[in-house]
Amino acid sequence: MENLQLAVSGLANGCIYGLIALGFVLIYKATEQVNFAQGDLMMLGAFIALALGNDSHIGAPFWVACAGAVLAMAALGWSLERVVLRPILGQPQIAAMILTIALGFVLRFVAGAIWGHDPLALETPIAGANFSLGGLILGADEIAAIVVTLLLTGLLFAFFSRTRLGVAMQASSQNQLAAYYMGIPVKRVHGLTWALAGATAAVAGILFASKGSIDPGTGFLGIKAFAAAVIGGFGSLPGALAGGLIVGLIEPFASRYISAGYAQIAPYAVMILVLVVRPHGIFAQVSAKKV
Amino acid sequence: MRVHFKTGYDHDIRLFPDAREALRYAALLAVAIALPVLLDDFLLGEATNVLIWAIAGMGLMLLTGHAGQPSLGHAAFLAAGCYANAILMDRFGLPFLASFALAGILTGLIGVLIAIPALRLHGIYLAIATLALSILTEDIVVLAEPWTGGVAGMTAPPISIAGVEVDRLASPDLFYWLCLAVAVLVTLGYRNILRAPLGRAFVSIRDSEISAQAMGVDPARTKAAAFGLSCMTTGWAGALMGHFFFTFNHEVFTVVISIQLLLMIVIGGLGSIHGAYYGAAVVGIVPQAINLARDAVAGALGGGAVAIPGLETGIFGLILIVFILFEPLGIHGRLVKWRLYFELFPFYRRDMFRRQRSYLKTERLR
Repeated sequence: MENLQLAVSGLANGCIYGLIALGFVLIYKATEQVNFAQGDLMMLGAFIALALGNDSHIGAPFWVACAGAVLAMAALGWSLERVVLRPILGQPQIAAMILTIALGFVLRFVAGAIWGHDPLALETPIAGANFSLGGLILGADEIAAIVVTLLLTGLLFAFFSRTRLGVAMQASSQNQLAAYYMGIPVKRVHGLTWALAGATAAVAGILFASKGSIDPGTGFLGIKAFAAAVIGGFGSLPGALAGGLIVGLIEPFASRYISAGYAQIAPYAVMILVLVVRPHGIFAQVSAKKV
Repeated sequence: MRVHFKTGYDHDIRLFPDAREALRYAALLAVAIALPVLLDDFLLGEATNVLIWAIAGMGLMLLTGHAGQPSLGHAAFLAAGCYANAILMDRFGLPFLASFALAGILTGLIGVLIAIPALRLHGIYLAIATLALSILTEDIVVLAEPWTGGVAGMTAPPISIAGVEVDRLASPDLFYWLCLAVAVLVTLGYRNILRAPLGRAFVSIRDSEISAQAMGVDPARTKAAAFGLSCMTTGWAGALMGHFFFTFNHEVFTVVISIQLLLMIVIGGLGSIHGAYYGAAVVGIVPQAINLARDAVAGALGGGAVAIPGLETGIFGLILIVFILFEPLGIHGRLVKWRLYFELFPFYRRDMFRRQRSYLKTERLR
């Protein structure tokens, strides 16, 4: 029973890692860039929801605040691509990587300047509600995290494989120039991808903030989500979720059965193991590069 | 404009292309040696800090700028060098020079060990693996408490070279000269590697691994060598850093330091030794400039000094974004452009440094 309880809370945490990882994968799948600022986008999304919804700030109804945060983050994602990332289109991958790291620093600073560095809690209607299922205690926030994540992953997966726009996104990552020649508006596709990643980050942020408190340093969670994305295979949406769940499950069990010190290390140890054994993740899509 | 008329193959790989260039560097070295006379103790400490960062920057520059392997984990190697040096001096009673040299070699060996699994990784995967390494370092230092002192930290043992005490606080000029000597030796070694086949192999791996392989370069061995040399240099910087900070614990060498190192060499200019020094100067100057500006603003508004957490990294991030968007070649690239503008006047053209854009094809194939 104790193990089951650990597993549930691990799954709920894992879903949030999975959602952030989903953001990485979205951008990587469509633009072949890695967004190191995804964790900070999540943090910002949570703060916007908090600023709109909490009674001490604007005090809008919870669902309005959620919708507002998702829209605001989509707009932010789109404009980041438009202003910052589009000029370096066509430059080496490392340039985009460093650029997003710098963006993360700036976002963290902006959030700190606006909302301060003390942890704040998001007021949600589901806070504190618990269900008990034959001795197993399920928090409403945990159930919400699991359900929303599964839904969102399913939707995004269907979007990428079924819709015209999704296929265009995949095409523009596989060969930018060829996609452009085939009439795919590569630049606009990139902008939409970033908007989508921003919206996903907002959802992850709201779920994370409803489980605990947030502060500008929360963005560092993104590094753990990185481990998740790598374990799952960087180009695969279900892989991102699976990786997130693996990381989420490892943590509570490692801290219960080994020691709290090793629980910090465990996700990265698994990631390094995966990188050594299967360099492109469990759901790898890579074969040897052709010239 | 100067034209170098080459009459022998050796001219291509000379240390200095002509006597004027050699004189300029000699003058620079003379100024650097005379710096303790020219600056007060505080500024000299800052100069020492910049030199140590420059050594670490050269370590990462070799790996990222020349061999093209991005690393977000070099703080781990700074930590390795720092702790190895301190432990060798403290526990094994080695004299500074021996422990210093050994610390670098040990860190280099660790680097090669890490390179072996990392060799299978490309680009972002390598960056992420090294990022994880950097995160693990903090925990490893805590877990290895019997050796590293864990959370309480360690104190750098006093340095004594041939009976002369070198202390960062009591004799800042001696410590500065020590760092300068290391920096000059590392720079010379770096320059010589670039002139040798190994250095050209690094650059070929960076530009195209497949072409390099076709030319007879072994990518695995070259990358391992790049990791080893890079980590060795970074380890030396770490050892000096330990003596500079005097006390250190698990919180000194964090991920932020790793990222800052990478940002530093990008701002300085990827792929040039100069870039490591320029980047280090920026890292040294920006916090001081922010402090001055903040005091000035606080004074004008009549308020006390306000500490704004995260301001430093925020401004650092902004500087970096501006550089990547407007000057991807960094400070060194900008200076080279200006110099060329005057040398070629009036024939300099804006597109002379324009790079061919390469549109991405995925490496994920079905």
